[in-house]
Amino acid sequence: MKKSINILFFLAIAAGLVGCNNGNDRKSGKGQGGLATNAAERVYVAPGEHDEYYAFMSGGFSGQLSVYGLPSGRMLKVLPVFSQNPENGYGYSEETKPMLNTSYGFVPWDDSHHPDISQTNGELDGRWIFINGNNTPRIARIDLKNFATEEIIEIPNSAGNHSSSFITENTEYVVAGTRFSVPIPQKDMPINEYKGNFKGSLTFISVDQETGRMGIKFQLIMPGFNYDLSHPGRDKSHGWFFFTTYNTEEAHSLLEVNASQNDKDFIAAINWKVIEEYVNNGGGKMVPANYAHNVMDENTHMATSTMLKEVLTVNPLDVPGAVYFLPTPKSPHGCDVDPTGEYIIGNGKLSADLTVHSFTKMLDAIKNKKFDGEAYGIPILNFEDILAGVVKQPGLGPLHTEFDEKGNAYTTFFISSEVVKWKVGTWEVLDRQPVFYSVGHGMIPGGNSRKPFGKYFVALNKITKDRYLPTGPELTQSAQLFDISGDKMELLLDFPTIGEPHYAAAIPAELIKNNSRKIYKLAENKHPYAAHSDGDTKVVRDGKEVHVYMNMIRSHFNPDNIEGVKVGDKVFFHITNLEQDFDVPHGFAVIGANNAELLIVPGKTETLVWEPKQVGVWPFYCTDFCSALHQEMQGYVRVSPADSDIELSWSLGED
Amino acid sequence: MKKAGIIMIVGSLLLLGLFKFPLWNIMLGAPQYPDPLGMNIYIQGIEGVEEFDIQNIDGLNHYIGMKTIPKVEEMWEFEVFPMVIGIMVALGVIIGLLGFFGKVSYKWFLGWFVLMSILGIMGMYDFNLWLIEYGTDLDPKAIMKLENLDGTPMTYKPPLLGYQKMLNFDVDSWPAAGAYMIFVGMLLTVVAFFVGKSESKKAS
Repeated sequence: MKKSINILFFLAIAAGLVGCNNGNDRKSGKGQGGLATNAAERVYVAPGEHDEYYAFMSGGFSGQLSVYGLPSGRMLKVLPVFSQNPENGYGYSEETKPMLNTSYGFVPWDDSHHPDISQTNGELDGRWIFINGNNTPRIARIDLKNFATEEIIEIPNSAGNHSSSFITENTEYVVAGTRFSVPIPQKDMPINEYKGNFKGSLTFISVDQETGRMGIKFQLIMPGFNYDLSHPGRDKSHGWFFFTTYNTEEAHSLLEVNASQNDKDFIAAINWKVIEEYVNNGGGKMVPANYAHNVMDENTHMATSTMLKEVLTVNPLDVPGAVYFLPTPKSPHGCDVDPTGEYIIGNGKLSADLTVHSFTKMLDAIKNKKFDGEAYGIPILNFEDILAGVVKQPGLGPLHTEFDEKGNAYTTFFISSEVVKWKVGTWEVLDRQPVFYSVGHGMIPGGNSRKPFGKYFVALNKITKDRYLPTGPELTQSAQLFDISGDKMELLLDFPTIGEPHYAAAIPAELIKNNSRKIYKLAENKHPYAAHSDGDTKVVRDGKEVHVYMNMIRSHFNPDNIEGVKVGDKVFFHITNLEQDFDVPHGFAVIGANNAELLIVPGKTETLVWEPKQVGVWPFYCTDFCSALHQEMQGYVRVSPADSDIELSWSLGED
Repeated sequence: MKKAGIIMIVGSLLLLGLFKFPLWNIMLGAPQYPDPLGMNIYIQGIEGVEEFDIQNIDGLNHYIGMKTIPKVEEMWEFEVFPMVIGIMVALGVIIGLLGFFGKVSYKWFLGWFVLMSILGIMGMYDFNLWLIEYGTDLDPKAIMKLENLDGTPMTYKPPLLGYQKMLNFDVDSWPAAGAYMIFVGMLLTVVAFFVGKSESKKAS
């Protein structure tokens, strides 16, 4: 009973604060915003013109990564990452199935959260974008030349991979923290023995600067709190990483109440350079593990999945000076670092204030050993000693803060449904704008780097309600674009998004578009089943398996007549697109296939498995309108009874 | 005739540019090809402007039954033209040198120019014959057999010089860097003739 009273009390307070804060600012009626100005002109990208920025928005519970143009808000592409995508066969084709392999077997879905673009010297470089799978802990690397997922690494000893995937300022590491603490190693034990027994892992994954290949360098095994979000230090604080925590109460049930009791939780400050050195000198403990590392080869066009069997763990108590706790009020959510690296913002989601820690003061407090106790042996710094300032009552439910290049910060407020602009250093509120509704993350292109491009702010809203024509009980999520180049933020545009975009990352189009691949060169195609020319086409039987070496070009398949397949066979269509022209993919679909289609881009080879179950003559065809003769791009497979003695034969253009 | 000899030598040497730069360029643009496809015609063969342009032009041409663009070994011209140009350069340099030392008359310069002009016209004539054959000798089993308004079968000869609309394609056929070098080179040999003439008059 006491608990429910607490909840009611909290909601009452929340409602009151919303009223107080916004009574004067909220404009009446719907359709407010930019229409009074020339907003339409500012988001209009004329037919044939290109947007100024690429925005990569997490696909949330779609598991994918969506690509938008800004300022138009036009969706350009959905890149499949953690979920199967029947539209192009990702996760269905034999080549891509290994990408979704995990220690739990084939996992065809995930919940993707926080994309982060690679950096050099703290500036966006447009090589790769990383994103985390939250549910079955994984980190993916998407190549921004190919716009394709090239690598996925599973994170062992993690559960709810949420404080991920954030990169250090030279892309030395992509970092993945666990939201749910769990027994490490996993074991059968009572849940109510959580406290003191469960642990949280923070994983530092090194990135090869040439190939982008990821490998777990070490896992820091921390106390059993919930590691919610994180960001790297940058510039002066490069070498450190900051994680917000909640549930420092270590509750295991009814967390909405039981994990909201402590007046302050922590931001964990991790000196990864010290740990890196410790590990490079042989420190840490290699422990058994089981996790998948999946890599797509750009030349064979095939993914391989390797199970890795051990991981290097580090006990923070073994590395002096590696970890400190910064007390931060009320279950902080977002953990954001300003472009100079001096200020670490804890967005205390149950607090009315924003807490800003000073990196310089933190170093000073550490140097002078001004500690205020410890937690599981990790020193806790004194709140007052490290405090840079407080943004007083800017709104209710602060979640995330982004920065522009002019020394301003933009914080999203979920409960009061607004974005608040404030001055870094004076902590003065400069402007506030309502959002529709209940914003989660906000995003400024480069807002998580030393060099933000503070022209636009995108609010990624959790609730849509009446913003678009209704589409039944399930609505899309809604993004809102603000112009932040002036003193006041101006709402320019609403646009719908896929899944539930959590974080997003955007980059000037110039840094990517000229590198974007047009075709894969056939000459570089090393797929073992590729049919580079008509002379390479054939059909080969290997027991019950039939391998079709097929190719395609406008507008035919070779071969397009196949006989000798039998019921009970497993037919592998290995299809090579011989086109070497931009934007001429061909599709492949065959009747009754239990998987999906293939969409094969020029120069690639992909494989679809088909298991015919009925005798007959069955068609296949090209699904992607490729030429004036696209409708003619079709063929037949004759399927005979299992005991038939018809030999395999194949042809193209024979009578 | 020292000045005239030098101009004659420089003029003939400019023809060497043909071994490095294309003689002619044909570009094919269409709504679906905002970046036009193109071929560069060299005296030693035909190359795509971009890596896969030839393959893609052939791919499109197969709809209307055109033959594929000839490879080096498929046309005698690609063997003979470089030899002719090489010989003419050598001849021009020799005449220029002899002129420089006063061993031959400036009239030889004009003689070289006339010979080169005849060869050039023959070359253009041959090139045009090839364009006609390429554009009209169509596969009877072509996918698309189009007719002109008067009922005659449509043919696809690209223009020898200039712009033409062919089906959905805008075709531009213009001399390229190599042709301009020949043009300048040949012009110089004419200049050499006149300079030689005036130098001879002064000397006499």
